[in-house]
Parts: sequence; C-alpha cells; structure tokens
Amino acid sequence: MTEEALKDLLYKIADDQLILGHRNSEWTGMGPLLEEDIAFSSMAQDKVGQSLAFYNLLHQLGEQDPDTVAFTRNAEQFHNCQLVELPSGEYDFSLIRHFLFDHAEFIRFQMLAECPIEEVAQVAKKLKGEVKYHVMHANTWVKQLSNANEEAHSKMQSALDYALPYALGIFEPSKYENDFIEAGIYAGEKAIETQWKENIHMVLEEAGLKLPDWDTLKPVYGGRYGKHTEYLQPLLSEMSEVFNEDPTADW
Amino acid sequence: MNYTKEDILSFLKEVKDPEIPVISLVDLGVITGIEVKGEHVTVNMTPTFIGCPAMDYMKSDVTEVLNKHGITNHAVNLNLKTTWSSDLISSEGKQALKKFGLAPPPVHNNIIEDLDIIEHAECPNCDSTNTTLKSPFGPTLCRSLHHCNNCGEAFESFKPI
Ligand SMILES: [Zn+2]
Repeated sequence: MTEEALKDLLYKIADDQLILGHRNSEWTGMGPLLEEDIAFSSMAQDKVGQSLAFYNLLHQLGEQDPDTVAFTRNAEQFHNCQLVELPSGEYDFSLIRHFLFDHAEFIRFQMLAECPIEEVAQVAKKLKGEVKYHVMHANTWVKQLSNANEEAHSKMQSALDYALPYALGIFEPSKYENDFIEAGIYAGEKAIETQWKENIHMVLEEAGLKLPDWDTLKPVYGGRYGKHTEYLQPLLSEMSEVFNEDPTADW
Repeated sequence: MNYTKEDILSFLKEVKDPEIPVISLVDLGVITGIEVKGEHVTVNMTPTFIGCPAMDYMKSDVTEVLNKHGITNHAVNLNLKTTWSSDLISSEGKQALKKFGLAPPPVHNNIIEDLDIIEHAECPNCDSTNTTLKSPFGPTLCRSLHHCNNCGEAFESFKPI
C-alpha cells in the first residue's frame, strides 16, 4: 500500500471528526436540556481532540502541521462526508446524525485497532474507548425521544429519513479500497457499512423507528473526493476566522 | 547525583492532576514508564482522554518537578504506546477520588457493553447505590453526571474507560 493511500484514509477520518466536532459545538448553550448541552460540548471536545491525533499522524507522514491543515484548506480540499457538514438544524437531526455517524466511527476504530501500522492502531485503540460513550449516549437518547410521545416520534422518524442517504455517504468507497483490504489495514468501507446496518437496526427497532428498504436509498457521495454542500465553506471560513484571531489558542 | 527509578516515582507522586488536585499522576495511572540511564531520565506518559486539555499541563508539571530535583537531563514523552484505562487508577487513587466527592470508576476489565455499568454509581456522599445516571458526559471528558435518590444530592463520577 502506498503512503498516498494511507493519507487518504487518515484525512477522511480527521476531517469527519473536525467538522462534526465543530457542528456539535454549536449546541453549547443551546441544548434542549442542560445535560444535553454539556454532552454535545463534551463530545465536540472529544472529536476535535481526536481529529488532532490524526492530523498529527499526517504531519509525521510529511503533511503540513495540524493548524495549517485544519484551518487554511478550502472546502474542495476536505475529505469529510457530507453528513457531518450539514447545518445542525433541530435537535432531532443533530441527535440522529450523531447516532448514525458514531456507530460507523466505532466500527471503523474497532477495525483499525487491529491495523498493522502501529501508530494508527494505537490511536484507533484509544479512540474506540471514547467513541463507545458517544454511541451509548446516542442509543439512550434515540430510544428515549422516540418513545416519548407521538410528536417526538414522528420528528425522529423524519430526521432519520432525511439523514440516511447522507449517512450512506460515510461509506463512499475510496480509490484505494483494494489496497487497504490486501494490506490488512482494515476490511474496507463496504464491510463497515454492512456491520453498521446491523448495529443501527437493533437500536432503531427498540426505538420503534423504521428503516426503509436500503435498495430504495441513493447514497449521497462526493464528500470523500472534495465535493461538498454549500454549507461547508461558510463553516470553514468561520473556523479559520477564529483561528486567525488567535493562532496560539488551544484547539 | 544519580537517582533510582523509585526516587523518580516518589518525585512524581508530588505531581497532581490539575483538574482533580487530590490524585497524583502516578495513582491516576498516566505514568507508564520510567527509565534511568546514568544521569538521563525518561518518563513516559499516556493521556486519559485524547482531547483532555489537562494533559499538556500534566506534562509540563512533570518536567518542572524533575527540574526541581536537579534532574535536567531528561525526556518527558506523551504517547499512546500504553492505552490508558480507568482500571489503572490505584486503590489509593480511588480513595482520593471518593474523598474529593467523585465516585471512583468501577473495575471493568475492558468490558463496557452499555451504560448499565454506570447506571447505579455509588454515591460518594452516602454510599447508596440507589442512584440515577443523568448523563455519561460531565463538565470534563472523564466525568459523568448522577443523582442520588437516597440523599438527594447530585454527584459526578469518574467514568470507566
Ligand atoms: Zn447519596
């Protein structure tokens, strides 16, 4: 496997986390409950810290330093899936996005924890313990809200229906799928997707939420290759503005 | 003069977690290795949570305490070679957490399947387990929020990871 392939993998993981971390931080002071406010801030801090760990690995591979990479690239240079860049919207959507994304992320880190590249395996092993709490948090709230009352249930169902095609975009195949599988880096996006469908199905069933027939959904692809919605660039501009005001500020 | 590994360990016991100033870094389990070669001392550390803002402070506090004891020929490394787990917190450390008002993490042996493990954390005020988990996320990455149904107090727990 080439170094280019590895960088491609690390960039998409780091960019997903950085962008979703910033989206989640928008709930600081805005959550429907104080506990949820704290939870989203805390998960945002986790995610941004996790992205830094991957930007550091990229830096070791010769990429620019984490600050430059995180705060000076344009939208078309980002490899995150479109799911994470969508505006935070209503709480239902943010919760469903967090649920769909973190389930995938957890499986990804479980796989990468066994990766033969030691530095990558160490980070993945560390992060799967942290992401586990994000998954458990999402499961609890998805079940709780969906079973709360009819209105809450139908809002959760619409949020799910809206988010699913974007969530499938998490698993957009890279140019290097076969290289990863052959080198034993991880089992590839298709394998994560299959496991993910099983895992979310179990929770959604308990929540009484319906999954559509997967074949009827058209995955929203493009993010992994730099194609983004209109929502990413304004977010990046805002992030770099904050960074430029105080380049020494902590992440 | 040359110090032994045990000397270094006792110096590091002076360094406390900046967020929970009652527990030393040694008892917290973040010191993963000490090597002494002649006058050169290497200290390896591992982060509790990767996004924990206190880690940088811990690292510079370790450097400072080494300097204080005249050890200037040193390297302090923060890396992930050893993955931190709350099971690494010493029993002395757990006592200190409880005294501080934080419920210590239960031993989990790397099996954390769902939130059941922290659903009924033991209240540090009254020792009751008739408690309710309010949120797995507290004011810092390592804490969860709870309510005690027995004494009526809200409390935080250091979560198992
Ligand atoms: Zn109590």
